[in-house]
Amino acid sequence: MEKQEYLDLYYQMVMIRLLEEQAAQLYQQGKIGGFLHLYIGQEAVSTGLISVREPRDRVITAYRDHGVAINCGIPATEVMAELLGKATGCSQGKGGSMHMADVKKNFWGGHAIVGAHLPIASGLALGDKYAGNDNVTICMFGDGATNIGYFHEALNLSKVWNLRVLWVCENNQYGMGTAVERASAVSEIRQKAEGYCIPNSRVDGMDILAVRQAASQAFEFIRKESTPYFLEIMTYRYRGHSMGDPERYRASEEVRKWQENDAIGIYARHLLDDKIASQEELDQLDALVEAEVAEAVRFAEESPEPAPEALYEHIYVDQQFGIIT
Amino acid sequence: MARITMREAISQALWEEMERDPSVFILGEEVGVWGGTYAVTKGFYDHFGPDRVRDTPIAEAAIIGATIGAALTGLRPVAELMTINFAFSAMDHIVNEAAKLHYMFSGQFVMPMVIRAVGGGGRQLGATHSQTPDAVFAHFPGLVVVAPGTPEDAKGMLKSAIRSSDPVLFIEHATLYQVRGEVPEGDNLVPLGKSKIQRPGSDVTIITYSKMLEISTKAADQLAKEGIEAEIVDLRSLRPLDMDPVIASFKKTNRAVVVEEGWRSYGVGSEVVARIYEQAFDYVDTPVRRVAQKEVPLPYNRNLEQMALPQVDDVIRAVKEVL
Repeated sequence: MEKQEYLDLYYQMVMIRLLEEQAAQLYQQGKIGGFLHLYIGQEAVSTGLISVREPRDRVITAYRDHGVAINCGIPATEVMAELLGKATGCSQGKGGSMHMADVKKNFWGGHAIVGAHLPIASGLALGDKYAGNDNVTICMFGDGATNIGYFHEALNLSKVWNLRVLWVCENNQYGMGTAVERASAVSEIRQKAEGYCIPNSRVDGMDILAVRQAASQAFEFIRKESTPYFLEIMTYRYRGHSMGDPERYRASEEVRKWQENDAIGIYARHLLDDKIASQEELDQLDALVEAEVAEAVRFAEESPEPAPEALYEHIYVDQQFGIIT
Repeated sequence: MARITMREAISQALWEEMERDPSVFILGEEVGVWGGTYAVTKGFYDHFGPDRVRDTPIAEAAIIGATIGAALTGLRPVAELMTINFAFSAMDHIVNEAAKLHYMFSGQFVMPMVIRAVGGGGRQLGATHSQTPDAVFAHFPGLVVVAPGTPEDAKGMLKSAIRSSDPVLFIEHATLYQVRGEVPEGDNLVPLGKSKIQRPGSDVTIITYSKMLEISTKAADQLAKEGIEAEIVDLRSLRPLDMDPVIASFKKTNRAVVVEEGWRSYGVGSEVVARIYEQAFDYVDTPVRRVAQKEVPLPYNRNLEQMALPQVDDVIRAVKEVL
């Protein structure tokens, strides 16, 4: 890996963290509405995973999607504008925090019904199979999604039809406030893939290089064998499930313990210890991200609201169906 | 013009569209090797092969979810739900995904997909397999919901649905498959979202669709013998709902009966009647009547089931009440 690549991974993780810290503040100021699910703590999962995909590989995820959006190449300005519901947002202000996408960057959203995007991921992979290419569809979801029927229908279909899907369970230990052991018959989630004869492995999601390596191997396997693969990535979210979560279900000591092994901190130490980057270079990147987040906030705040006409746009592709008032 | 059955009309539409466009493929339970539970896709598997005629597991959320995903890649999948009653197992994917992704991502997601679903009662299948929940689906903006009542419309509208860039729920009625009708030769497209006068008349307007078109036509035949000329408007599409022919007819007759197979409460008739009052209140001579299914889960017993379903006599009685 070239030095610039190493630095870019650091840059992306710091970008997700600072952008979301800023978003949390804007939420508290009432500038962001609805739900806001922060990815803070889990940055290495999406950053590592998506850094080794080819641009032709599709990405689809759940509602904790800001980080994935950044990793897929959506500019911070457009992510922030979407959070503020502005016309310049990646979904032009009609999706919000949970529904970000940029099809041109092969990022297929941002889906807010737990587990519902898994069958859609199978369909995306079916489309690629039908077209005869070896593109991979990367489908990310939380541990909570593995208890709903859609998960099982989608995994089964992907194996029966030999679809090129990389199923990625981000196991952050809690489905909302319910610990994995309290909701799932097996707490080692990857075992669920065994039931569908889908090869699988488990990796430390606080180590971005381990995530990259596991994902690279998975991509290679999927492309070669034309079959799905299941990756369980162990991670932890530092913030609540969403803003306003009282967090009665876990001790602050537990959170602190995970934060001591913070993915960005571990990675920074690795870059310094192996003399890949100097502290000065990392400081410069931190400052760059800070400036870009500030610019994203300025851009979002100064952007226009969607025009009133947008209310009736994009209900149907076919204009002859008109507007029903 | 050829005189063919509804089943043949639907089958021909699928076959011709698959021949015309390689991006069209079908998937569903037993559509392939079996040849379709209602034999609509008989012979397709041998001709088009397993990639384009895809047998699925019995997993409706996976079927509709995969249909959405494949459509997002630019294909034109046609999913078959063995019965519309199984659509409830895929409800989230129909109403939360298919109906919303285009809007929610401001036009980035396009889903040129069709869900064919067989509905209707009258075959002693019991309460869970006999429903007509059309109005439920027509409630959701973003879906196109159609339910043709003649072979000509079925063929022409299915072709339009397959070529449409929007998700279309195409509702077929199990007891109409054997019905015959004239169908024009060749590539005859019937537009979605357009109602049609199926029978001209001057005394009363009957607004109906799907199986109830057959019932209403029989009623109109008997009424004609008594000198009562009913005009029948076939809605054909429930969303978008084209009220223009309904209002034009009502302004002429000033009397109307809405006939639907589903339940009366919150039904198609509720919507049509409300719009008549909104758009043509000054033309109302007498309250508009609704004929609909009794508000019970459909029972198995043949006599009880027929008591619950709208009959020709119910339509005749309602027409006489508004005259």
